[in-house]
Amino acid sequence: MKEILSGNEAIARGAFEAGCRVASAYPGTPSTEILETITRYRDINSSWAPNEKVALEVAIGASFGGARALVCMKHVGVNVAADPLFTASYTGVKAGLVLVAADDPEMHSSQNEQDSRNYARFAKVPMLEPGDSQECSEFTRLAFDLSEQFDTPVMLRSCTRISHGKSIVELGERRNDLPPPRLVKDAAKLVMLPGNAKVRHPLVEERTVKVSAFGDTAAFNRMELRSSEIGVICAGVTYQYVREALPEASVLKLGMVWPLPENLIRQFAAAVDQLFVVEELDPFIEEQVKALGIATRGKELIPRCGELSPGRIRDSFATAGVIVVPKVVTVAPEALPPRPPNMCPGCPHRGLFYQLNRANAYVTGDIGCYTLGFMPPLNAMDTCVCMGASISIGSGIVRALPAEEQKRVVAVIGDSTFLHTGVNSLMEMAWNRAPATVVILDNRITAMTGRQENPASGFTLNGEPASEVNIPELCRVLGIKNVRLVDPYDLEATRQALDEEMNRPEPSVIVTNRPCCLIKGGGRFEKGMVLEVDQGRCTGCKACLRIGCPAIEWKPDPEGNTGKAFIDPSLCTGCTVCQQLCRFSAIGGKR
Amino acid sequence: MSYAVTNILLVGVGGQGILLASEILSEAFMLAGFEVKKSEIHGMSQRGGSVVSHVRFGSQVLSPVVPEGEGDLLFGFELLETYRALPLLKPGAKVVVNDYRIPPPSVLLGQVPYPDDLLARIRSRFPEVLPVDGQGLAQAAGDLRAANTVLLGAVSRRLSIADEVWRQALERMLPRKALEINLQAFAKGRTL
Repeated sequence: MKEILSGNEAIARGAFEAGCRVASAYPGTPSTEILETITRYRDINSSWAPNEKVALEVAIGASFGGARALVCMKHVGVNVAADPLFTASYTGVKAGLVLVAADDPEMHSSQNEQDSRNYARFAKVPMLEPGDSQECSEFTRLAFDLSEQFDTPVMLRSCTRISHGKSIVELGERRNDLPPPRLVKDAAKLVMLPGNAKVRHPLVEERTVKVSAFGDTAAFNRMELRSSEIGVICAGVTYQYVREALPEASVLKLGMVWPLPENLIRQFAAAVDQLFVVEELDPFIEEQVKALGIATRGKELIPRCGELSPGRIRDSFATAGVIVVPKVVTVAPEALPPRPPNMCPGCPHRGLFYQLNRANAYVTGDIGCYTLGFMPPLNAMDTCVCMGASISIGSGIVRALPAEEQKRVVAVIGDSTFLHTGVNSLMEMAWNRAPATVVILDNRITAMTGRQENPASGFTLNGEPASEVNIPELCRVLGIKNVRLVDPYDLEATRQALDEEMNRPEPSVIVTNRPCCLIKGGGRFEKGMVLEVDQGRCTGCKACLRIGCPAIEWKPDPEGNTGKAFIDPSLCTGCTVCQQLCRFSAIGGKR
Repeated sequence: MSYAVTNILLVGVGGQGILLASEILSEAFMLAGFEVKKSEIHGMSQRGGSVVSHVRFGSQVLSPVVPEGEGDLLFGFELLETYRALPLLKPGAKVVVNDYRIPPPSVLLGQVPYPDDLLARIRSRFPEVLPVDGQGLAQAAGDLRAANTVLLGAVSRRLSIADEVWRQALERMLPRKALEINLQAFAKGRTL
């Protein structure tokens, strides 16, 4: 049977067919839908973890117990999971262990565009890179097999265009011939003390040599000989772009991007007149080909930053004088009003960021929907580095500042991000008495990635009721004495809380307590009465526009008089934040 | 290109239902026996931002992304976003556009006006443009929420896929209770 699947759905399908028993992940674009799909396969024990390190360790544990295990994360998640990854490379596995890293070239939804392939080389584990959804399914199954064959974790690298691209996949049956999980004592392999690790390291080095040789003849590395004039080494989605941009070129399509098949590369290089490596981001393959003593060109013509596309590859080859392309006539882009992402109408973060702006706070931010608090007209975020960093960066900034400026420092972090890596930061801040203010935006969900449950939301990935971290209590036991709750829809209460806590010369935490307005189920979010502007009372002062709500539109007067504000009833959720800003009582409930 | 691939771009604002429309299109192409690939960006760009979905079908499809300047058919859910996407099209491309405006933030804040005459400006570059009153026709069909299906019907007329295949794709992709109203909305669009 055939189905149109996204790369993420196909990875989930591949894991199911491979007999995977345990799957763990922390949500992160573009990887999130892998676990959301896996939860449909009830033969797999699947769950969210608070962060990627924990997720990988859950998967390592399942593998040690003899079950095939999958762990998924976005590229920056691998940074968090790097610690167990590097040593799991030494222990190897008891059953197949596959780590999916989804890169985001072009940074569609990320803070950097690091190239995960470097991790495969660094941690000395094989990495496969699929080029469409069919290969996502096939390579996932293959990754489990290779993991067991070579006693190693295997990484599967996706990217935004593969994970979120859809194409046709042939569906297969689930394997049921795998040995049942059971405990087997094997301390020499699994207890990584120096004595044992010294024995394991040479095995890791030998393994890389063996996998490289295996890749020389494996079907996943494929030579396609066409014209001998141009030969291109490529992998993943870039293969599709190269085939489209240079249809006559010979291609060496690598299914495994680490370790590289040295003999196959030499064979291909000998078969073509000019050799190129076309790859997104780093010159990862190029440097290794050059290290083999083979002349090739790559980043001297192909951009290092951003995504590639057939057009960009064609342009690069044309600019370098390798090919001649006819000029394509298209409509020239014009300067138009941009449409950046925005917080939703009714978003509970809006009132808080409005007050942070008014309070002249210096806001150390974090990763989530609330990072949009940076955008005008709220303009209330000053730093954003990585998950959990808001609190520790705030804690660090205050110790560099004079007392008067210390007051201005406010860290903002969402519930899911706080539980991901913010808890340790708050522990540090309390312990070392850094006098910053932390606001935990508890909207009861991991909103940015599409509303996934988290350890404080009260439900598991599968929708089952679960324990619920009490965030204010957690802050108290970490050593924060001043913990208070505030309703972010109440502008005056929010202002007062910020004012008092910012002026307090010791650590304090404010927890906002409104659920995300997109959680419609379970009675978590309640829509209020739709608001409207009384056009007679509106003076056109624009105070309500300062919160940047997408439901409020400024309508200029056709005759040149002062314009008026207008609320779109189809968008308004009745949060009343704009109503509290109107000094002329022009905003009221609509029947 | 050595393979005859048809390139469709769906553009609009996050939350308008573009992804579902592109999935119905893809399903129809698969049912009609073509290879199909589609691509779009989730996450950050969906928070009310511009959305572009790429759908390509043919005997063999390589890149999931439509190369710039090679779009054959633009399916616009909103005027400004449709105008913004014109550089993705090849000369002579067809455009089906919902005659509907969603003001972007700078317009909401009264900093700049919503660009005027967009329809005329699209027509001057792509004479084969069909403006559709998606919302109005959907209301006439009995449900404002079926606006996208009216537009999809209008798009379907510009693609050589049989009536029966479209029906099957809609049946497979839509919830049962919404099917009847959407089939009516689709039929209305297909006459345009």
